[in-house]
Amino acid sequence: MTVTLETQTGEVAKVRGPADVRRQVKMVVLFALVTLALAIFYLDIQDPAVRYLLDNTPGEEPQEANAKVVVAVAFAVSLVALVLAALNKLPPGALTVAAAVLVGLAFLVGFIVWNYTDQSGPGQLTITNPLPGTVKYAVPLVFGALAGTLCERAGVINIAIEGQFLMAAFFAAVVASFAGRAEYGLLGGIAAGVAMAALLAVFAMRYRVNQVVLGVVLIALATGLTDFLLSQIPSDQDVRDKLNNPQTLGPLPDAGIPFLSSLADSLTGIPVLGPTVFNQTLLAYLMYVSVIVVAFVLFQTRWGLRVRSVGEHPKAADTVGLKVNRLRWQAVLLGGVFAGLGGAYFTVGSNGAFASDMSAGNGFIALAAVIMGRWHPVYATFAALFFGLMTTLSFQLKFIEKVPSDLLVALPYLATIIAVAGLVGRVRPPAADGEPYVKS
Amino acid sequence: MTDATTTGPPPEGEAAPPPASPEQPRRPERAGAAWLPDVTTTLAAIGLALVIGALLIGLSDEEAVEALPYLFSYPQDFFSAAGRAIWDSYSALVSGSVGDLDSIGTTLVRSAPLICAGLGVTLAFRAGLFNIGAQGQLVVGALFAGYVGFTWDLPAPIHIVAALLAGMIGGALWGATAGILKARTGAHEVITTIMLNYLATKFLLNYLLSKDAFQRAGSDNAQSPAPLDSAILPSLGTVHAGVALAFLAAVAVWWLIERSTFGFQLRAVGANADAARTAGMNVARVYTMAMLLAGLLAGLAATMNILGKGDSLSGGMAGTIGFDAITVALLGRATPLGTVLAGLLFGALSVGGVAMQASAGTPDELAYVLQALIVLFVAAPALVRGALRMRGQGGATTVMAKGWGS
Repeated sequence: MTVTLETQTGEVAKVRGPADVRRQVKMVVLFALVTLALAIFYLDIQDPAVRYLLDNTPGEEPQEANAKVVVAVAFAVSLVALVLAALNKLPPGALTVAAAVLVGLAFLVGFIVWNYTDQSGPGQLTITNPLPGTVKYAVPLVFGALAGTLCERAGVINIAIEGQFLMAAFFAAVVASFAGRAEYGLLGGIAAGVAMAALLAVFAMRYRVNQVVLGVVLIALATGLTDFLLSQIPSDQDVRDKLNNPQTLGPLPDAGIPFLSSLADSLTGIPVLGPTVFNQTLLAYLMYVSVIVVAFVLFQTRWGLRVRSVGEHPKAADTVGLKVNRLRWQAVLLGGVFAGLGGAYFTVGSNGAFASDMSAGNGFIALAAVIMGRWHPVYATFAALFFGLMTTLSFQLKFIEKVPSDLLVALPYLATIIAVAGLVGRVRPPAADGEPYVKS
Repeated sequence: MTDATTTGPPPEGEAAPPPASPEQPRRPERAGAAWLPDVTTTLAAIGLALVIGALLIGLSDEEAVEALPYLFSYPQDFFSAAGRAIWDSYSALVSGSVGDLDSIGTTLVRSAPLICAGLGVTLAFRAGLFNIGAQGQLVVGALFAGYVGFTWDLPAPIHIVAALLAGMIGGALWGATAGILKARTGAHEVITTIMLNYLATKFLLNYLLSKDAFQRAGSDNAQSPAPLDSAILPSLGTVHAGVALAFLAAVAVWWLIERSTFGFQLRAVGANADAARTAGMNVARVYTMAMLLAGLLAGLAATMNILGKGDSLSGGMAGTIGFDAITVALLGRATPLGTVLAGLLFGALSVGGVAMQASAGTPDELAYVLQALIVLFVAAPALVRGALRMRGQGGATTVMAKGWGS
């Protein structure tokens, strides 16, 4: 870190520690790589004409753009950032973050545009806006990350997000099938998520089980139990329709829910953002609200302050009269609500009927988002969105075959490793995370 | 395991442990008969899980469910039907897993990869690292071992050794990647191992199996040839030499953790990384080595099915061994002996689960529910003792990094 020293003559000298130098070197290398890649993209383009769609609405006509110009602008942005970083004009803080985000965006835009250039023949593919897919894939991850953040801010490690997802997905499917409406499935999901959270809480706090062990066990339990229950549903179609054949949530503007649908419909009218970000299911809307609510509750309310203090220093919190375990219970159960909503995505939110192990490791990715987002709901949301964006891109670019499709499958995971190793680095969990509190 | 100890002196009145002292309270547990309550609690936990499993079996049996509506007028109908179902299931479970020599052999063969991969997770745990990456390390190890197994043409003993080494090197490479990232950049091992799992299973495996070098001649299926006969481990009946290797590995890991200098450093770093650094230990090196060795053990686990049973490489070859290994290591309380016992138990349950489905028609998913319940109850001794009104308080702790590490 930079230390300011006042020397005897009164002038102020800045001393740079090795950590500063390392940070600068890392940034310069990263920016230089991006600049180099963009330069290669620019030189590689033969036929710069690309077509793009911004809104993804049915009647929209594709527009033309010149890829060389776009890549050149991206190149200029990253070059400026590189020079600033090399000259050490980027102090740690907001400016650095902004520069890194800009360079990242420049790389993404350049990369996407480059992918779509030089297509021959009439079947030219059009660049479509990746935002709708990003939001869609990020929904369960964001909910899972919110659940994880709430639990861990209160000092209870939650590795069992995957297990909560599975149980919630199953019971969302069952309740929605039984009730005949997808929206009721969300309630089933929430109930299952909270029930799993209660299991987590009772074993973590009452029986003081090691919470890492507990999380892994709860995942195994949820996997086994959902498989077992699934095998118990009779194959008779009439019964199956009542138990595991739910409707799925449609886009909210067309869902016909009083007030909400008309509100969503008017939000869809916003240019560009409307059809991409707001033409989503009820779950996505709940996600937007949940992120704001959790961030507000954790950082602006008295309860949130107490939860965070319980996660950092339970003894101190106890000394000033807070009920440590009661607060932890509340945070874990509230987290269960969000995990339940995230689990419901897999059945009523997207695929319909429950299938074995259908959350497919998304709970672990949500866990990674919690850590990548440094236990902060908003940052964790960005981490989840980042992952959703990479997943969407890997699907979209697969058809172009400019980058081998096998490599594109690896894109979300590679990008996460690079982001974590290159940008996020060492993270600090809440100090009392995972330590049961025993009043002495 | 968090950095509560880094700043300032510990507050007055709090028994702040000196650096390596979290080891000390566990010493007496190992000596003498102090671990006996531990064993009884564990057995009680298994019993309790079996009781809950019996309930599930009873309620999933068709005859018993049909008798349920008139439970109060003709209780004997329900109880005899449910009792028969439970008896059939559990006797099939036991006889299928340890009933005769053949089934014991199958259990051992099934347990061996679980034990090896579980030892890897255990080793990393003792260094305070949560290694979720056994699955990925296993897949990479299998790719290496398989490739050497079906392409190289060597005389039998040399070929076996080469293929075994290749598997271990493959796993070690994948594990060390996470370790180096952690040591050099501070990237959290939970994130990197999860992502490396996906890279191995979704990308590397599929990619290589679509290449001619890995595919069967004249086939477009994503399946490799089986390893050559010269690379197959010798076997005695159904039990191949890999089982012996698994037990040897357990002894080696025990020696490494408990008796070697590196093991001391490993435990010190696991107990308190900051204190270990202050004491002059190279924490980065310990992290890298621990993950490398964890990967090596997972790679050894991968060779069990490839070189032991002669399986070919395919999309589903690793099953869920890597994830089960985490549970095995945790059930074994991150000790080598515990891991071996837990691995044997899990192997028996999964072999028995299949037998249970085959002969009694009980869904084999129930075996997984039983596994999870057993681990849950073993991990919560307070619950078991409370439920069964047992006395004593030993073994209330599980011995691992409590938190996320730093």
